[in-house]
Amino acid sequence: MTTNLHLWLIPLLPLAGAALNGLLGRGLSKRAVAIIGVGFPGAAFAWALVVASRFVALPFERIPYTEYILPWIAAGSFQANIAFYLDQLSLVMLLVVTGVGLLIHVYSVGYMEHEGGYYRFFAYLNLFMFFMLMLILADNYLLMFVGWEGVGLASYLLIGFFFLKQSAANAGKKAFIVNRVGDFGFLLGMFLLIRHFDSLNFADVFKAVSHYPVETAGAGLLTAISLLLMVGATGKSAQLPLYVWLPDAMEGPTPVSALIHAATMVTAGIYMIARSNPLFSRSPIALTVVAVIGCLTAIFAATIGMTQTDIKRVLAYSTISQLGYMFMACGVAAYSAGIFHLMTHAFFKALLFLCAGSVIHALSGEQDMRRMGGLRKQIPWTFWTMTAGTFAIAGFPPLAGFFSKDEILWKAWSTTALRSVAGPALNYTLWTLALLTAGLTSFYMFRLWFLTFFGEFRGGSADAHGHGDAHASHSPHESPGIMLGPLVLLAILSVFGGWAGVPHALGGSNRFDQFLAPVIQSSSEAMSAGQRAGEPQPEAAEEHAERNAELALTAASVGVAAIGFGFAWLFYFKRRDLPARVTAVLGGIYDTVRDKYYVDELYHALFVRPIVGISNFFWRDIDVGVIDATVNGAAHASQDVSDSLRRMQSGNIRSYAGWIATGAALVIVYMIWLGAR
Amino acid sequence: MNPITNTDYVTILPELVLAAFGLIVMLVEPFVTKGGSRKPLGYLACLGALASLAATWYQAGSPYTQGFFKMVLVDHFSVFFHVVIALVLFVALLGSLDYVERQHIRAGEFYALMLFGAVGMDLMSSATELVLIFIALEISSISTYILAGMRRRVAISAEASLKYFLLGSFATGFFLYGVSLMFGATGTTSILAIGPQLHAGGFNPLVFAAVALMFVGLGFKIASAPFHVWTPDVYEGAPAPVVAFMSTAPKAAAFAVLLRVLFAAWTPGWFWPVWISAALSMTLGNIGALRQTNIKRMLAYSSIAHAGYLLVAFAASKAADTAGISAAIFYTAAYAAMNVGAFLVISHLAGEGERFVAIDDYAGLSRRQPAVAASLALLLLSLIGIPATGGFFAKFYVFSAALQANLVGLTILGLINSGIAAYYYLRVIVVMYMREHPAEHEHGHGAERITIPEGVALTLSVLATLYLGIMPNRVLQLAIEAAKDLLR
Repeated sequence: MTTNLHLWLIPLLPLAGAALNGLLGRGLSKRAVAIIGVGFPGAAFAWALVVASRFVALPFERIPYTEYILPWIAAGSFQANIAFYLDQLSLVMLLVVTGVGLLIHVYSVGYMEHEGGYYRFFAYLNLFMFFMLMLILADNYLLMFVGWEGVGLASYLLIGFFFLKQSAANAGKKAFIVNRVGDFGFLLGMFLLIRHFDSLNFADVFKAVSHYPVETAGAGLLTAISLLLMVGATGKSAQLPLYVWLPDAMEGPTPVSALIHAATMVTAGIYMIARSNPLFSRSPIALTVVAVIGCLTAIFAATIGMTQTDIKRVLAYSTISQLGYMFMACGVAAYSAGIFHLMTHAFFKALLFLCAGSVIHALSGEQDMRRMGGLRKQIPWTFWTMTAGTFAIAGFPPLAGFFSKDEILWKAWSTTALRSVAGPALNYTLWTLALLTAGLTSFYMFRLWFLTFFGEFRGGSADAHGHGDAHASHSPHESPGIMLGPLVLLAILSVFGGWAGVPHALGGSNRFDQFLAPVIQSSSEAMSAGQRAGEPQPEAAEEHAERNAELALTAASVGVAAIGFGFAWLFYFKRRDLPARVTAVLGGIYDTVRDKYYVDELYHALFVRPIVGISNFFWRDIDVGVIDATVNGAAHASQDVSDSLRRMQSGNIRSYAGWIATGAALVIVYMIWLGAR
Repeated sequence: MNPITNTDYVTILPELVLAAFGLIVMLVEPFVTKGGSRKPLGYLACLGALASLAATWYQAGSPYTQGFFKMVLVDHFSVFFHVVIALVLFVALLGSLDYVERQHIRAGEFYALMLFGAVGMDLMSSATELVLIFIALEISSISTYILAGMRRRVAISAEASLKYFLLGSFATGFFLYGVSLMFGATGTTSILAIGPQLHAGGFNPLVFAAVALMFVGLGFKIASAPFHVWTPDVYEGAPAPVVAFMSTAPKAAAFAVLLRVLFAAWTPGWFWPVWISAALSMTLGNIGALRQTNIKRMLAYSSIAHAGYLLVAFAASKAADTAGISAAIFYTAAYAAMNVGAFLVISHLAGEGERFVAIDDYAGLSRRQPAVAASLALLLLSLIGIPATGGFFAKFYVFSAALQANLVGLTILGLINSGIAAYYYLRVIVVMYMREHPAEHEHGHGAERITIPEGVALTLSVLATLYLGIMPNRVLQLAIEAAKDLLR
């Protein structure tokens, strides 16, 4: 019997939900909108579970499972179809996206209740799910790119959800434009793939690539393709230097931040790199660049996270920082560790965002942590679930974040994948910075935790900020059950989710790593064909030493987490006067960090202003016929012929003819020169 | 000499049909328009467009037929462009029905000129004789010169028409001079005869000058830099539905001629001029569009940029393979689909006397007319090149072909440009969706709902854009067939 997984159902269900709500939602009751908006992604999740259960029963030779839907395009020998591709990697992503996505949808039913445009919100959210699932299930880069752009578009719609807020509109625009920079790399990478492999199908490309040696000697074709794809990934996954859009994206409603800007969309870049591991693993240079970018992003964003006072912004920088970890994991060729962290991060970061949403909800829209405090009594459910999330991200054992982060740190320390580019010093540097980041993470997360839930309540009447008019100026109140349910489930996942990948050193068997091994296999083959050739298999004694080393590193990372906790406790619980004094001592340094190292300003000066300047130059000096919009309207209304005549006599036509004649002269002179040669 | 047979007439059947309908429209006008609505004339013209489509369909049954002493060639190439032109004409006519009423434009001339213009454009894509191409070009150009000035009482419309006419004649002069030099160098004006001669090599160097002159003339028609300067003024002044028509159909025809001249005739030396013109058009077009406050001017600059993308595909075809050429052909279709729709929205919203053509006038459109706003948003996304729209695949093929042809610099420049372009298209979407409707426009502006013909026209344009974005394969195969016939 051939099993048919009917993968097409999974993206199509949310699309149907989006269509129903988008087209008919205006006339439906909120209840009906919510049932449609949650029901279809719910069905997708249910089907994903069925798929998972059938997938594990598939015989080995049928994996990766592909499902051909429609012919799409063919030009010459190049062909791309609408087809789906399921292997262990896409299955993990599928479950994470549909599962966490469903929980966030449920939460949104409560959170968005008092907002206008309820149906539109769910339509966009479902549309996002559709594109995200297309991205994950695509069997070629082109279809993946459709999903890739689609999630960007849905994110754009959702960031700008509070339509009439200028800052939200700007944030949406910024996200869109910055991601175009990333797309530039992705597209060029695809063109190079077409040019050299005449295909964008994962299976074809990876098969073709498997005949290529590892580019140890220097940068070659695969390095170029990998680096270009990486540019795409840095855009979508908010890495240096393209991370600037993500903090601003927090203008969107909190469930959107949780779903798109923490759990799913921003991890698309990580997924894409992990998916392309046969390419990346053959280019140590590209891997090194990925690792370094990831590592720098991790620590860079963590430092900014320490100084932010908006609860969502702290989480935003934390997300960037954690994505940096995942990037670094891919960079040290530990793709499964990256995906493992992607999964646990989806759990705890979605949880943290939703908790933050619950806090904001409780305070009727307040987002400034300086105006919070002492909330653990009023909103105990939120407090306890957030506590689970905070300890998980800080890396306390045995919570989810501990296992996944530790795996990455260990791989950064021990990998030999980058050997042809740099010596062990790079490993140690990466590890040290990552360890430092772990400490900072613990510090800023507990800072958030203490500021929000402990001490005295510092907010006055909260009605100045009009989030949801229904509950203005009440004392903080717990969220309804429909919001708390997802929090509890995510909290459970944040606590236990890491147990899927307990490392050998701690007596586990790292089932997660083994599960993904077939996807990564080809690259480890490449490695063994490359520099590992001739390397002796580790002896038992070596193995023992290695295990001890891993345990020592684990102890170190737990240690810095504890230190981070300690500092946060000291600064924000015990001696609350300390932060002010420390910032006074740090002065300019602190300001620089708090103002995000002035990167936005720098980009503005470097890119935006020159382009606008050039455009202005054209606008004023070349585009002679231009008239201001208001003047334009006036001219139309009065039809002031004399004015227009004056303009016409100003030599427009002559100057235009001059342009054409000059251009013509250049072309003719060139061509005559060519002919006379 | 052979007598002219029925087959000959079949090769110009769409043109004949269009001309006949044009004449009928003019003849019927005095009887129809007395006091009443002039819309029946418009419907008659629409019928003409559909009839020409049917005629093209009939022609497609026997491809690669020559007629009129080998002056006209019906092949997949000409059929492709005939279909594009007929569809654009149909959609633009549908979109002008209400506009013509609203702006008090002389309906008879308007519709007849649209049809006559299409005769020229059709002939441009099927003529293989340079002199005939020149005549076709003039038929098309003169019709559009007049159409640009159709809002006779409005100064900028008259101005647009005059500018377009003066500069256009200037440019046509270049083309004609090029044709004569080509004749001088090769002794023939038939592209099918020139091709083998030039392909064999050892030709008169005068050919280079001829190519240069023809390129200048056609560069003006396709509005590529540095011959683009007329575009913003003319598009701003001309009636919006006319711009919908003339920014797509005559351009497609001019690109068809350029393809014939450069590739079917095997002309040499054009690579760097095309390369530079492509780079300049993309860059100047996009930078010029960034700061525009008038949406017609903005789209005028955008059309310059798109001409640049298209020229990238030309530059990519230097090996005379079909990848670049078919990419260019596909691009003309995709561009026609999205641009005609965008200008129809403008025409719908412009109001009497085209008062509302500032981007700010679109504020809050998503609330006043959600369907129109959504359609325009989709068309703009397609102009940006977002997947699942025709604009994406058009760009994808072009730049993919460019990189295959080793045009790394041009590919990178093009992708950077399409990044910059996102900014100004997006601005319109932001204004439509995220800006509140200004109170002073409460009266009158945008209050009128979209009419059925306008709605049908817009829907067709949106569907075509989506079709090319979701199921591009069929049209792509047709473009490849066309490219093969062109190189035959």
